[in-house]
Amino acid sequence: MRAVAGADLELPPGGTCALLGPSGCGKTTTLRLIAGLERPDAGEIVVGDRVVSSAERFVPAEQRRIGMVFQDYALFPHMDVAGNVGYGLGRRPDAGRIRETLELVGLAGSEKRPVHELSGGQQQRVALARALAPTPDLVLLDEPFSNLDASLRDRLRQEVSQILRTAGVTALFVTHDQEEAMSIAETVAVMREGRVEQAGTPEEVYLRPSSRWMAAFLGDIEVLPGDARDGRARCELGTLPAGAVSGACDVLVRPEAVAIGVSGPASATPAEVVTRRFFGHDQLIGLRLASGQVITSRRLGYPAWHPGDHVQAWIEGPVEVLPREDEPAASGAEPHLAVGHDDDVA
Amino acid sequence: MDAAAAGRALGRRLPPAARVFGVRRPPLVLLGLGLVVGLAAALPALYLVFAVLDDARGALDAVLTGRTVGLITRSLGLAVAVTAAAIAIAVPLAWLTVRSDLPGRRVWATLLTLPLVIPSYIGAYLFVSALGPRGALAGLLGVERLPSIYGFTGAFLVLTLFTYPLVLIPLRGALQRMDPSLEEAARVMGRSPRDVFRSVVLPQLAPAIGAGGVLVALYVLSDFGAVSIMRFNSFTRDIYIAYESGFGRTEAAALGMVLVLVMLVLFAVYARVRAARALHRVTPGAQRPAQPVRLGGWRWPALAFCGAVAAIALVLPVGVLLYWATKQISSGLELGALATNGWHSLAAAAAAALAASLGAIVVALLSVRYPSVVTRIVERVGYAGYALPGIVVALALVFFTTRVALPLYQTLGVLVFALAIHYLPLAVSPIGASLLQVPPRLEEAARGLGRSPLAVLRTITTPLVASGVLGGGALVFLHALKELPATLLLAPIGFDTLATDVWHQTSFGFYEASAIPALLLLLIAAPPLYLLSARGSVAS
Repeated sequence: MRAVAGADLELPPGGTCALLGPSGCGKTTTLRLIAGLERPDAGEIVVGDRVVSSAERFVPAEQRRIGMVFQDYALFPHMDVAGNVGYGLGRRPDAGRIRETLELVGLAGSEKRPVHELSGGQQQRVALARALAPTPDLVLLDEPFSNLDASLRDRLRQEVSQILRTAGVTALFVTHDQEEAMSIAETVAVMREGRVEQAGTPEEVYLRPSSRWMAAFLGDIEVLPGDARDGRARCELGTLPAGAVSGACDVLVRPEAVAIGVSGPASATPAEVVTRRFFGHDQLIGLRLASGQVITSRRLGYPAWHPGDHVQAWIEGPVEVLPREDEPAASGAEPHLAVGHDDDVA
Repeated sequence: MDAAAAGRALGRRLPPAARVFGVRRPPLVLLGLGLVVGLAAALPALYLVFAVLDDARGALDAVLTGRTVGLITRSLGLAVAVTAAAIAIAVPLAWLTVRSDLPGRRVWATLLTLPLVIPSYIGAYLFVSALGPRGALAGLLGVERLPSIYGFTGAFLVLTLFTYPLVLIPLRGALQRMDPSLEEAARVMGRSPRDVFRSVVLPQLAPAIGAGGVLVALYVLSDFGAVSIMRFNSFTRDIYIAYESGFGRTEAAALGMVLVLVMLVLFAVYARVRAARALHRVTPGAQRPAQPVRLGGWRWPALAFCGAVAAIALVLPVGVLLYWATKQISSGLELGALATNGWHSLAAAAAAALAASLGAIVVALLSVRYPSVVTRIVERVGYAGYALPGIVVALALVFFTTRVALPLYQTLGVLVFALAIHYLPLAVSPIGASLLQVPPRLEEAARGLGRSPLAVLRTITTPLVASGVLGGGALVFLHALKELPATLLLAPIGFDTLATDVWHQTSFGFYEASAIPALLLLLIAAPPLYLLSARGSVAS
């Protein structure tokens, strides 16, 4: 069985890219393929302008100059912090470089500490320093924040992303957390069943999903049946731009794009509030449309809406219109991975 | 043990009385029984000291000679050489069977640990009978005499081949537990595979190698069978000769004492190594199985190495054993003596296993359920018999019975007693572990549901502890079955077991006659061994 098939992806140099997907989709395997820890059956991997893996050649992990931060950090328990950070610098590591890297991650002066005495967040920063010390072309991070508790995780996401930016290194990290991917990465590549489903900026993938699955994976989505003609799609919540789509279509609407009010613009449709869940900062309101379809609207926490209220509903924000058949045909081409490539991003 | 740690943790905050006697006072009967077991276990060690002090002058004269220096040098030399060779064999075998894509590595792993079950005196007998001056090979080649295998060479060869699994087993465990991402991390950072092995893998394995190595050294120092058959003058053989000569009893005791001191030093080393073994595992979270390393062209030399070790340590001895056995069968069997000796072996070992299990239940109950300074002392003292080599335990009991309790001298009871206290700790560990799995709360819950204490014992505690008791008993049975020196010294006159039968026949050069009892011994040992390996506790 193939864990990864069709992971076509090109990354610009210097940026941070998130490889996002549900568990078991092959994202960690992709990372290990790039690192050289696993051997691909077919396809090509290019780092910078160097082919590290193809049908003809396979560069072993130790010659790829790629930094990697492991999910469980994999710090060497028999070495202190300096020993770990200096490990990639050869037999006689440069103490200055170790100090410099530790300063970068905010652990200056911890050289002599044994790694098991560090907190989870500190261990993670040592792992990051260890990966950055040999100035690699590319740093891979495998679920870097999954071992941290929620409060620490949010802080470290910002810190790590800042450190990576300061180091000016190309970074590719794997995560199954949509918010994490969208909040730190400049490029998000969503993987599904071993192939890259869509890649782009966080806004692109969230607001312009290429399929219903993509839309649903990145957040709540409402699908309204529609009919597109001459670049406009008509659905129960009004007439919307449809791009090149023509004929029967799905209109994908994020709940936050569904606005409601006692009165609305001319395009608004009457609806009835059927459910309401209150979360403090916002509320989810279930609306039954004239057709009987129930959709959800996400609004701020006030004013309060109640089941039984009759309201007007309309679209306020971007929506995506896709042809009714949303599963793209699988391509038989061999996967191509290019990282830190100067060509245009595909 | 957890309970001991809990006791220590409790101890700091408690008033002195509670610290010494425990928060929960054990029932007096149980405490009394515990003290009896503790005293029994301490008896050989105590009496050895007493016997030496009793004739301190003679003991000093016996020990303070150049011969003792020679003995220490020879014994330690053998121990060091065997340990080094065992490690040299075990490290590549462990790596090949755990981390490489060696064809059939699971089968190899099983085959290569099997030599451990062959008692050293049977192994030695088989090597002497195969490669010795008048052995099978000489017969096969039609030569009058082969170069001698006796002495250091033979003892070294046999002990290495039958003890390297003591390193292999913990080493395989350590390799399997090792986080593979450590190696991957090192490789990603640009180090060559060889460099990664040296700087990352080996330091992780050092504690396991050290612990296994000390076990080998302890085994070599306390071994009697192999060195005796190979006629290598180490401590145990010298002690036996001094004892057999009839008038060297003080000398035997004094030499025993020196041996015990040497072993205690090693024990201390072992304890330190084991403590260091708690290498802090930094990494939580899911582990992916390590990628087996591709051997490529190295596969063939690797296979040849595994095959060679298995051939010399397993196929050759078993083959020779079967060869002698078929020869003996074709020339007629003396079934009567065989059955008697087999029955003796079974009876002595089973009685020892029963006695040790009962004693171990008392000790384990005290240390797990009623942790305190007193119960911890009882538990520690329980290990005293194990710390002495079998021959020293036997010697001390010979002194004790001849001087203090003459009617007991050379009775079956003393033999069973010696075997039971010698192997008591083997039963304490699994029984203690299984008791830890029955927290008092479980029994309290059953009581709360309206059952009487006796009914709770029958329906809750016993079924849950049973497997531990069985495992401990089986372990004692196995070891008692093949115990040679204690049986030689303590068995009633005319009471031969399979072990002593093998030994006597071999010492007279009756190789064919040795084969059948040796084979029977291995066959009797097989079912409990299988039981234990299914439980995965044979290595403990």
